Amino acid sequence: MSAVAPAAGGAPGLRPTPAPPRLVHPLRGLFDVYVAEARIAIAEQIQYRAANYVYMLGMVAEPVIYLVVWSTVAQQLGGSVGGYTVGALAAYYIVWTLVRNINIVFTPWGWESRIREGRLSAQLLRPLFPIVEDLGFFLGWKPVVIVLWLPIAAFLALVFRPELHPSPLAILVFPFSLLGAYLIRSLNQSSLGLITFWTTRVGPIFELYIAVELLLSGRLVPLSLMPDWVQRLADLLPFRWTFGFPIEALVGNLSTEQLLGGLVMQLFWIAFGAVLVRVVWHFAIRRYSAVSG
Amino acid sequence: MRPFRLFGLFLRIGTLNELQYRANFWLQLLESGIALGTGLAVLALVFGQTPALNGWSQPELLAVMGVHTLMGGLIGSLIQPNMERLRDDIRQGTFDFVLTKPEDVQLLSSLREIRIWRLVVAISLLQSAIGIWEALAFGVALVLGGLMIYCFWLILTTVAFWIVRIDEIHELFSGVYQSGRWPVTLYPDWLRVGLTFLVPIAFAVTVPAQALTGRLTPDVLALSAVFAALLLLGTRWFWRVGTRRYSGASA
Repeated sequence: MSAVAPAAGGAPGLRPTPAPPRLVHPLRGLFDVYVAEARIAIAEQIQYRAANYVYMLGMVAEPVIYLVVWSTVAQQLGGSVGGYTVGALAAYYIVWTLVRNINIVFTPWGWESRIREGRLSAQLLRPLFPIVEDLGFFLGWKPVVIVLWLPIAAFLALVFRPELHPSPLAILVFPFSLLGAYLIRSLNQSSLGLITFWTTRVGPIFELYIAVELLLSGRLVPLSLMPDWVQRLADLLPFRWTFGFPIEALVGNLSTEQLLGGLVMQLFWIAFGAVLVRVVWHFAIRRYSAVSG
Repeated sequence: MRPFRLFGLFLRIGTLNELQYRANFWLQLLESGIALGTGLAVLALVFGQTPALNGWSQPELLAVMGVHTLMGGLIGSLIQPNMERLRDDIRQGTFDFVLTKPEDVQLLSSLREIRIWRLVVAISLLQSAIGIWEALAFGVALVLGGLMIYCFWLILTTVAFWIVRIDEIHELFSGVYQSGRWPVTLYPDWLRVGLTFLVPIAFAVTVPAQALTGRLTPDVLALSAVFAALLLLGTRWFWRVGTRRYSGASA
């Protein structure tokens, strides 16, 4: 990743000039960029707080539907399904709403319009990897989202009576698992978005990706309710580390091993996603030709 | 007869427009197919655990899902495109051009954009999923439900005369509409009332599905008709109040 440091070096054949001193350390510069992007995001999202809220309310419909359906199933089966009681299901889907909000990242739709409309041209002129901007911006959105989420969570808790007994370690692991989920999902959706360099339209591919994620991540239903073969398949893919793991960290009474092992798996998928996005970018950017910018 | 002639005219224009982009049909088919596949997977999961959900068997819930898909196609073809165009017209001031036409403004605003692909896809998927029922009650319930969703959506869009940015309200609807995949009798009381009278999803999906599965009682259908009539009148009134507020941004 290039940082905001002036390029060093002199003209060939002339007396070698000493490299100009770096104004900022590369990593320090990158950190400043993240902070700046985050501050822009916070200001922008607070400005549109009403719009933000309506958007969040629309998102609550999805988990409430799942919760009602699976609570009904649990009640019919005598109080629990797949190891989840009605109260535990309520806890699962209420924590779900927070994880889902943290999981909002720059989507392939965004890449599609960025590339189709040529807006990427301006971004390419900056001495900054475009994905860095997205990561910083959406991360900055999160504090606003969490504040707006609190009343929704309180209401849902009042109505659906969740039961959860997290250990101190689980509470400590939970925020890190959220960050991990955010990074994994951001990186993977960026890689997916870069497909637009070849196809211009990403719609059906993205829909398919979302459907697979829905079934294999724990977003639709806790993975323990899935058939065995689905659970084994989910173990091989990154999706469960973006929904199932953070939720179960708080709700699922995981052992110390499972909690720490989960974080390690998240680190693995972050590294994998970062390499993948670099490799795809390397090939994709050669395909870019702007129509207008 | 004029409204029907107008509808026929816009249907023809819309169809001609869509026929230009035939590849979109296949993309739409793929997207709707994925959504239907996910829905079927969920049903399989639920019925892997229990033989009946709150008294609804698997084929009956399949009918609910079919009606949900069909109504979604109607909304996507007839209602949503018009309301989105109206929203943009109000924001950009191009609503002037609608006002100056010698037709009923509400009618014109509600029929201008027809995108057939969503509906064509919904119907073709339905045939494979549940087969076509031609029960009269079903047809009536479906039309009434569609009218109520139209009213609901037009009320929301009319709000644009006061508050300019209403994109997210449209997003909110698509989220809430997903609740129609399941019969509303499943939801807790407060939610069921909301999904019946606040957002008329119960009338739009559950009631027609009840007609298909032989659960519909005449009084529910009558209630549906009365509520639809009231909603149409209320919407008409609110629309008049809204258009009076319009002052044209710049066109």
